[in-house]
Amino acid sequence: MSVNEFFHMGGHGFYIWVSYGLALVLMVTAFIPPIFQERKLIKQITRRLRREQREQS
Amino acid sequence: MNDVTNIAKTTAIEPSLGRAFMAMLGRDLTLAYRHRAQLANPLVFFTIVVSLFPLGLNPDPDLLRTIAPGVIWVAALLAAMLSLDSIFRSDFDDGTLEQILLSPHPLSLLVLAKTLAHWLITGLPLLLLAPVLGGLLDMSGEALGVLMITGALGTPILSLIGSIGVALTVGLRSGGGGVLLSLLVLPLYIPVLIFAANAVGNAAGGFEVTGQLAILGSLLALSVGLAPLAAAAALRISLN
Amino acid sequence: MLAWLHRLASPKRFHGLAGFFITWCGWGALVLFASGLYYSLFNSPPDYQQGESIRIMYIHVPAAWNSMFIYITMAIASLFVLVWRIKAAAAVARACAPLGAMFTFLALATGSLWGKPMWGAWWVWDARLTSELILLFLYLGFMALQSAIEDKDAAARAAGVLAIVGIINIPIIYYSVEWWNTLHQGATITLSEKPKMNTDMFISLILMSLAFKFYFVVAVLRKARNEMLEREQNSQWVKEMLGGSDERK
Repeated sequence: MSVNEFFHMGGHGFYIWVSYGLALVLMVTAFIPPIFQERKLIKQITRRLRREQREQS
Repeated sequence: MNDVTNIAKTTAIEPSLGRAFMAMLGRDLTLAYRHRAQLANPLVFFTIVVSLFPLGLNPDPDLLRTIAPGVIWVAALLAAMLSLDSIFRSDFDDGTLEQILLSPHPLSLLVLAKTLAHWLITGLPLLLLAPVLGGLLDMSGEALGVLMITGALGTPILSLIGSIGVALTVGLRSGGGGVLLSLLVLPLYIPVLIFAANAVGNAAGGFEVTGQLAILGSLLALSVGLAPLAAAAALRISLN
Repeated sequence: MLAWLHRLASPKRFHGLAGFFITWCGWGALVLFASGLYYSLFNSPPDYQQGESIRIMYIHVPAAWNSMFIYITMAIASLFVLVWRIKAAAAVARACAPLGAMFTFLALATGSLWGKPMWGAWWVWDARLTSELILLFLYLGFMALQSAIEDKDAAARAAGVLAIVGIINIPIIYYSVEWWNTLHQGATITLSEKPKMNTDMFISLILMSLAFKFYFVVAVLRKARNEMLEREQNSQWVKEMLGGSDERK
């Protein structure tokens, strides 16, 4: 089976690849923001805690 | 003598549920009667929406007869939905709703009374007007009869499901309540639309309709039993 | 029982458990996606009737299953919010909705992409597609209500009532649409109907479905964990967890 044939998928290539691509795009875009959000959140909270600690001492 | 005091005691301590229900129903009906000019609004809306279809499509009687059940039911759905806000709105605005929440009676029963009042002042008139509009769309006699039966079974369900939606949105000050309400309520109306419109369509074609009517009846029983409970829970959340 | 439940679902405990599941389900999802994609794209035969387009099924059906599974998860979490007022459950329910809407949309879009070569039309009022469309409306309603109410606790409980009303309605809606559909059109090739599955097709479908489920668990816990962290940032356990390393310095 050649690469061309594989992407062609017996004439249905377009529908198949758009389906898989859409799934990939949606699932990745839903997944990325929470990761960054978590980093930001942890950074924010640690900074605040450190500041409070400094003020206390 | 003893009996009389006993009765007096029980009624004093625990006013009957039936009486509370009737009091709430009577109050809402009286209020609606005092603002009776507004009662016609859903009916006018219903009529206008139905009359838009022949104008938008074409006045061919065959076409109108085919689409009539769906058109009338969709228009009734929209008219009922637009009037839903009145179940709790005025009582929320003047603080009566909070008093109702404090009453010793089960809230769901009082909600059921208010929903019944809402049906009597909007659902019932829509039901009575429906055959007239059906006539405009060239519906046959049998179809009109079944339209009335589906209306009698279906419109109360609209009020009951709607009461949950209004109870959830009544506390919102953003004013977007109307659009949000339709987003919440319309998907839940779909089974009623399907079975009711289909029964009318079947009747027009001379087919059996008892199955659909039985399903509508059981949907009505289900929503009478459950919707007031959900609406009561929603009201407690909204007014917290 | 109640105390036990609250302890189990305490924000701190939830954070730890979520971390555990995120790690392991994350690896699980990766392995499952790798093997699932290998099976669904290379190692499964074309269908004798639908040809290569059967491969869309390995996205469409898992997405549709997820869309329903997530709604059930959301409704159960909502029940925990309403009855036991568990904060972590509220965070889970809130995190569920956009993911559920996403999978519903994915099921609709892939259904449409599958329908075009099969039916010759992008959209057919097929019973399952129609039910998915209504499910999408239910998700959107849930999200709209939640964002309309400012107080987060009230929003979680109000949306919870809606989710539970919805879950009672879903079978009725599904049944009514199915019935309406069979009445209006003869059953042609319906989507999602498994046409003579051979073993490799079956394996592809199972692998992809599990991969989607694992993905959902990781994604929802990540979101819910963030929300809990944000809301609980002044509580003792967050201070201990994030400020602890500082004291040692």
